[in-house]
This record gives sequence, C-alpha cells and structure tokens, in this order.
Amino acid sequence: MARMKFLCDAERCIDCNACVTACKNANEVPWGINRRRVVTINDGKPGERSVSMACMHCTDAPCAAVCPVDCFYTTADAVVLHSKDLCIGCGYCFYACPFGAPQYPKLGNFGSRGKMDKCTYCSGGPEGADDSAAEFAKYGANRLAEGKLPLCAEMCSTKALMAGDGDIIAQIYRERVTKRGYGSGSWGWQTAYKANIDV
Amino acid sequence: MFKILLLALLLTTNAAIAQDRPAAPVSGFNPTQSEVQQKALLNGFDKILGNTTLPDSRAATLIQPAGPAWRDYRRSWLPWIAAAAVLGMLALLLLFFLVRGRIRIEGGRAAQTILRFGAFERFMHWMTATAWCILALSGLNIAVGRIVLLPLVGSDAFSTLSGWLKISHNFLAFPFTAGIILMFLIWVRHNIPGRLDVEWIKAGGGFIGHAHPPAKKFNAGQKAIFWIVVLGGGLVAASGFTLIFPFYFTDVSGMQIAQIAHGLLALGMIAAMLGHIYIGSVGMEGAIDAMASGDVDLNWAREHHSLWVDEKIERTRGEALKPAAHPAE
Repeated sequence: MARMKFLCDAERCIDCNACVTACKNANEVPWGINRRRVVTINDGKPGERSVSMACMHCTDAPCAAVCPVDCFYTTADAVVLHSKDLCIGCGYCFYACPFGAPQYPKLGNFGSRGKMDKCTYCSGGPEGADDSAAEFAKYGANRLAEGKLPLCAEMCSTKALMAGDGDIIAQIYRERVTKRGYGSGSWGWQTAYKANIDV
Repeated sequence: MFKILLLALLLTTNAAIAQDRPAAPVSGFNPTQSEVQQKALLNGFDKILGNTTLPDSRAATLIQPAGPAWRDYRRSWLPWIAAAAVLGMLALLLLFFLVRGRIRIEGGRAAQTILRFGAFERFMHWMTATAWCILALSGLNIAVGRIVLLPLVGSDAFSTLSGWLKISHNFLAFPFTAGIILMFLIWVRHNIPGRLDVEWIKAGGGFIGHAHPPAKKFNAGQKAIFWIVVLGGGLVAASGFTLIFPFYFTDVSGMQIAQIAHGLLALGMIAAMLGHIYIGSVGMEGAIDAMASGDVDLNWAREHHSLWVDEKIERTRGEALKPAAHPAE
C-alpha cells in the first residue's frame, strides 16, 4: 500500500487558489470551511512564497492522539479520516493540529461548533459504500476509491501541489531541485512526517 | 517610490554595462533562487504566519508546531497527572482513615444543636457542589475517558455520553462560577488568615493528635479549602471561559495554554475536594450536619469552633440553640 502524502513545491505555486476552488467544488464543502487554503509568506518582500496547505495526513497524527472520543482512524493508504457520527465537536483536534486543518461548521460559543470537517484526501469517510450519496453528503468525494488522486493536486496548473505516494512525489521533487539547483522547502514535512526530503 | 526604483534600475544597468558582466541583483539577494527556510521563519515565533485571500484570518497561520507538543502533553503527561490526583488522593485518604479512623465527637453528642449554616449558605454550597461534581466528572471524561470508559462501553455509547457531558460541562460552568462569586462575597470576612490559624496548624488541627485548638467560624483547614475553591475555582472558571468562547480572548496558542492550566488546576481541585468530601462525611462524625440541616451538634461545634460558638450564642442570645432532633444515645 502507498503512504499518501501532499507536497507543495513553493517555487511553483502561483497563489491562483484553484486548488481551494477545486476542493470546495469536488467535495461540496460547507460554507465557511476551506479544507485547503493558500498562504503567502513574506508577501510583497524578497523571498515571497505561496504554499497550498491542507490536512497533511500526519504520521502519528496529533488530532487522532488528542481526540477524547477516538473518532479518527488511519486508512491502509495512511490517510487520516474521522467519523462525524462519533465527533462531539470539542475542538481538541484544532488545538493539536499544526496545520489548522480541522474546522467546524459553526464557530458558536458554549461549545456549539458542530461536527468537525477536514480534508479527506478525497477519500470519503466511514459512511455507506464507497462513492455512495450518503458518504458524499457527509464527507465529500471518494476519488481514491475510483483510482484517482485528490482533485486539488490533480488539477494544479503548475504542478506545484503534488499528491500520491510519499516516495514517488519526493523523488519528483528531488529531480526538480537537482535540475533548478535549489529547493523550495518541503513545507510541513518535518512537522507532519518527522523527515524533510533530502536532496 | 516608482522614481526611486527606476533610478536604482538605471544605476544597476549602467554599472553592469560599465563592468561588462551580468547584472547582480540590487540587494545582493535573488528572491527567485533562494530557499525560504521554515526554521528561519519560525525563529522567535511560535508559528509561521502569512497572508491569505480567504476572509478568515485564522487561515493565515501556515504551521503551528506547538500543536504536536500539546499532543505529547495530553497523551503522555495528562493521564498520569489525573491518576495521581484522583487515585493518589483516594489512596492517601484511605491510608488516613486506616490510621486515624473516623474523628469522633469526643464529648459525645449533646442534647442541643446550634445553627451553623443558614438556608442561603447551604443553597450556595450545594449549587456549587452539584455543578462541580458534574463538571469534574465530565472533565475527567474528556481527559481520560478514552482510556478508562471507552473500552468498556464502546464507541457509539461513549460518544453520545461524551457529547452530553460536553454540553453539561459548558453550561454548568455558569452556576459554578456564580457559586464561587457568592461564596467569596459571603464567606471572605470569615476567611482572613490570622494568628489563631498559626496555632491551629501548630496543634495539628485535631487531625494529627487529639488537640482541639480554638477556632472561629472557619479554622485554618477550612480557610485553606475556601481559598483553594475561590482562587482555584476562579482560575479554572477564567481559563474555561477562554475555551468556551474560542478566539474571543486568545488565539490557538493561548487556548493550548488555557487548556493545560484549566486541566491541571481542575485536577488539583479534584484532589482537594476529595479531601473536603471525605472529612465532611465519612472522616468526621457530625460534620455533615453543617451542610445538611445546617444545625450542628453543640459538642461538635465546641470542639472544632469554640470561639465561634461563644460568639454565636452571645450574639443571638441563645436563639441559635435548638434541642437535638434525636437525643444523644
């Protein structure tokens, strides 16, 4: 089985936000929630970089470790998913997540957050059969079950955002770095996977 | 601004032509050919912040490495601290019970009782106590329920229970806080530490040994409980409110700290309250009456609060005294 990861090559990201739009459209993400977002570092200064960020599907995921009701699970493809039936909307995964991935449909006071929502790596969730209407309504698309990768990465125009087996996308990145002579930082890899990409 | 840029461009171009080699970047820094180091961005900051076009400013936080640190605290430390606070305290109390036994009224029960806590004081106490019990249990459930209860009842039942406990935790915070404020206002004048308290502690307070040092309405032990409840409870409430109202008072880093403070203070309070519950019920004969009917046995009162009894009888001209409902056996 593959160990699915995301990798954003900040040298190529042009802050077009098409990944954000594609994600919202493919998964019918609720209002106010962005499973993926583009953050620009050093905006307007030398060294400006844009990075597309979403749930990184961490190794030893902090969200899963801190969840009081243990509603997270890791699939055979190493994708971190959660059950909205078990989630109590306590907000602990949001405190623990280094990438701000868990979001809630309501930002109400008195703990009325609603069920947490986050990137599913376009692989649905624990509801009905793969690609069923029930699964889509609760968790969004299940492209992995159709043999496809997440839409954000698939349609990235500059191929800055890559999804797929960690070893394969790291190899593509290495080739790019060797060819152009400099890296762009494997954003979030140290935090999520406890290892950067050695070139 | 544009003119300056143009001038700079002209100057560099001229310089390049003059020296007959490729133009070096103006600043000596080529923004397209240097890796932006995440470590450098993190230097001195607790997170990497950027800009985003989304109308949600929180989305601008790219990476906050404190999250995994909070995970490690919650997974590695919290269960042990919780076990030490609850099981450790219960073990200590059991040991104390086995060594000291139940603290009896040495003079036996008197034929008279004296009013110790009026209806409002008892209402205030039990409102806070009831809220606190559910808050403590639901808090412990969030802290260690996944380890202790989840394997016993299964995911679905545990999740439903935890959902309701979460709601009760959030809403019972208000009567609890109200109780803390009321207790502070009503009882603070009896709880200022004084010289009597030093002597009470020196004499072992009647816990160690069998002395009965004089005390007013509250002895040093009770004053300690009062301040633990008022200060500890106040801080637990304050840290809790920063969590119930996310982003009103602080950001995610602040909420991590608030959560740790909330949990540790609450566990400390749980340990203290277990001691309070023990000595108010099993641990001491006659103590429960103070918060049950409000009328305590006169001999109990004379042993534990001698100065208060004298003052109370004098002030009410004996009206606080009543015949005991059940005469001494």
